[in-house]
Amino acid sequence: MATINLNGRDVAVDLPDDTPLLWALRDGLNMTGTKFGCGIAMCGACTVHVDGQATRSCVTPLSAVKGKKITTVEAVGEAKVGAAVQAAWQKLDVVQCGYCQSGQIMSATALLASNPKPTDADIDAAMSGNVCRCATYVRIRAAIHEAAKSLA
Amino acid sequence: MIFRIENALQTTRRGFLKGGAGLALAVMTPTLALAEAGGPGHAGSAMVDGEFSPNAFLRIGTDGTVTVVSKHLEMGQGIYTGLATLVAEELDADWSRVKVEGAPADARRYSNLFWKAQGTGGSTAIANSFEQMRRAGATARAMLVSAAAAQWKVPASQITVKNCVVSHAASGRKAGFGELAEAAARQPVPANVKLKDPKQFNLIGRSAPRVDSVAKTTGRATFTQDVKLPGMLVAVVAHPPRFGGRVKSVDDKAARAVKGVSDVVVIPNGVAVLATDYWTAKKGRDALKIEWDESQAYRGSSDAIVASYRERAKTPGLNARNDGNAEAALAKAGKVYEAEYVFPYLAHASMEPLNCVMKFENGQCEVWNGEQLHTADQFAIAKAFGIEPDRVTVNMVYAGGSFGRRANPQSDYLLETAQIVKAIKGRAPVKLVWSREDDMRGGFYRPIYLHRVRAALDAKGMPVAWQQRIVGQSIIAGSPFEPVLVKDGIDVTSVEGAATLPYAIPNLNVDLHTTNADVKVPVQWWRSVGSTHTAYATELFLDDLAMAAGKDPVAYRMALLKKHPRHAGVLKLAAEKAGWNKPLAPAADGAKRGRGVAVHESFNSFVAEVVEVTVQKDGSFKVDRVVCAVDCGIVVNPDVVKAQMEGGIGYALAAALTGSITLKDGLVEQSNFNDYPVLRINEMPKVEVHIVKSAAAPTGVGEPGVPPLAPALASALRAATGKTIHTLPIGEQLQA
Repeated sequence: MATINLNGRDVAVDLPDDTPLLWALRDGLNMTGTKFGCGIAMCGACTVHVDGQATRSCVTPLSAVKGKKITTVEAVGEAKVGAAVQAAWQKLDVVQCGYCQSGQIMSATALLASNPKPTDADIDAAMSGNVCRCATYVRIRAAIHEAAKSLA
Repeated sequence: MIFRIENALQTTRRGFLKGGAGLALAVMTPTLALAEAGGPGHAGSAMVDGEFSPNAFLRIGTDGTVTVVSKHLEMGQGIYTGLATLVAEELDADWSRVKVEGAPADARRYSNLFWKAQGTGGSTAIANSFEQMRRAGATARAMLVSAAAAQWKVPASQITVKNCVVSHAASGRKAGFGELAEAAARQPVPANVKLKDPKQFNLIGRSAPRVDSVAKTTGRATFTQDVKLPGMLVAVVAHPPRFGGRVKSVDDKAARAVKGVSDVVVIPNGVAVLATDYWTAKKGRDALKIEWDESQAYRGSSDAIVASYRERAKTPGLNARNDGNAEAALAKAGKVYEAEYVFPYLAHASMEPLNCVMKFENGQCEVWNGEQLHTADQFAIAKAFGIEPDRVTVNMVYAGGSFGRRANPQSDYLLETAQIVKAIKGRAPVKLVWSREDDMRGGFYRPIYLHRVRAALDAKGMPVAWQQRIVGQSIIAGSPFEPVLVKDGIDVTSVEGAATLPYAIPNLNVDLHTTNADVKVPVQWWRSVGSTHTAYATELFLDDLAMAAGKDPVAYRMALLKKHPRHAGVLKLAAEKAGWNKPLAPAADGAKRGRGVAVHESFNSFVAEVVEVTVQKDGSFKVDRVVCAVDCGIVVNPDVVKAQMEGGIGYALAAALTGSITLKDGLVEQSNFNDYPVLRINEMPKVEVHIVKSAAAPTGVGEPGVPPLAPALASALRAATGKTIHTLPIGEQLQA
């Protein structure tokens, strides 16, 4: 049994400490917005924020996040930057299948929180860990610029 | 997929009936479909669960919410938005009041009209539904109007509808759809409704926002992976390392000792470990000790497969097209141009690894799946449980990509789930979860193909003979679709795009060697199917000929496409928009630049792409820009068409750059995104999409953006470097 701080609340998870945060969220807490894509931190579908940092939850055991603040896609829109990112994604209709987009939005939000006016090169550096097989990349780039503009 | 699944399914059905289940299956005829859907003559019962339900495709609640039921799978291609647009257009609905939900498996009501069975594929969803969905909306509108006319005692002809509001201008009366829903449900369903003239369209052609954007940006969209049922167990399967392997013996003591593991069961294709959650089940699987029976296992290697195909290509295959006499014309020619092209196995690698949720209770099976071949899967599952197909309920949820993989002709992962449910005697609902490694090593790849093409030119440099030989596995052979899609030994999906070559060449022969007797790797259609390889071989080779003739590749093609105006139309548009007639701007740092072009028809849509590249001294390169022109007939949603071209280009680019599954001694050498690299944002070019204005019947856009990219890219790289890529993927061939 572990207790984690998830989206501003302390919650108990009845799974062993070595369970990746991804599966604790999905199977333990029924928070299914965070997705399973590869299991080895190669695709970014499982990205969450741990103390504000974009983190691959599929390789982060529960034991590593005790005492830290975890934010998932379900709550990222409660803060200004996350809300702006979601709004830009909706305005430009970025999504296709949508399976990777929770992770894309978490990475984009972390980028904009630390760098309010990213260049294309900054976007490449921050977002190249997030795979989209539908290749919505043209719109992801445009939506990050759009969100940056709306936050300025 | 140039497809008639209807007959294939009838064959399956006969086979099924012969199997002795003795079921009575309703025949899927249009008449029955109409009756079931509340067609002509149906009246008085159009209120279902408090909603006005004039037909199977829409419901209007008393709160005014319009719910459109999509018979097709939403896997990213935007079909929920497209189908809802068609309904809302004729209904004159307010787009913000429209919701979409997935239809269950029910071929009587939800058939793909091109297949007469339910399913999504071959870029047919809009094409087969265009009129059906509009009619569904127009029928409901007519009933709302008659209800208002009766209530207000005014002629129906004086009533107008706009944005979910029904109005009578002269009396100033107005009512929302919700207020009229109950009265409309009591109106007779009209036998005939008038559809709008395209000039009256308010939504079609205008890029309505996607209906799934909000759910998919807030983590609320439900994919198969997200389905959780009370008491559900998660199953993880240890599959044999080689295709055709079987379990000889299993020591499951350590697996069963993992806390939370509830069952370990042997199924035909491996050993399943069940637990309350994925991580526990995976730990259990990792603890299994399995001895495999590999007596029937396939031990081939990609290199050896290609070498054997090269040998096969020396002898004629079965004719897929024969105009004039290509061999005689080649024999007469002074110079014969020749090229070989080799294509690897490709995994679909959708973002959502394969999975399925299933329960079996009281002789009824219920399935939750990103369901792409409803009817075929429903039949296969019914057969597995020995029940009638109508006792199998299939709930269609969002699919996290598919690119063809979820339309498996053998229902592979669904049957695997059924076998596990059976093995635990239906004690609990089961969610099968494949890891990324399971998904990538699970077979059903785009097959390896080898093409050998020879041609000769006339005195003016125009092609006078073309012989194209294709060697590879048939996707269709051995599947329920074989009786209709394999004709005289030719799998139409192996040769589509080559046997249909549009260029005016008097002596043209395409032949095929099918290798299924020797190569036992499971194969399947992959976004754009035969065109994934035929477009590359035909377009790059035609480029060779233009070069040999000293002609501009666009002008050369235009001269050969006089009888194919839609090919010519997109080619001309793409070339114009790309500035083909102006030289490419040089790179600032002196790197080489190149530009290439290709045009291809697939699934009755026409796409041309111009690709621009910059190649560094060390041979590394970047795709800078792709200019795309598409003709898909009437456009329902231009922004979705644009998105599908952008995505198709990115998906094709990933395959062209690095996509390759290789076998060595029967073992798949790749496992995950570390060794099967896919396109990332830093590699995505700028994409410009231009849509040809057309009044022709709408065709599909999910696949047709894919085929022209790789040949146009190879042509651009050749323009920059002088090197021709004969073997895909490109990988580091230019660095050598």
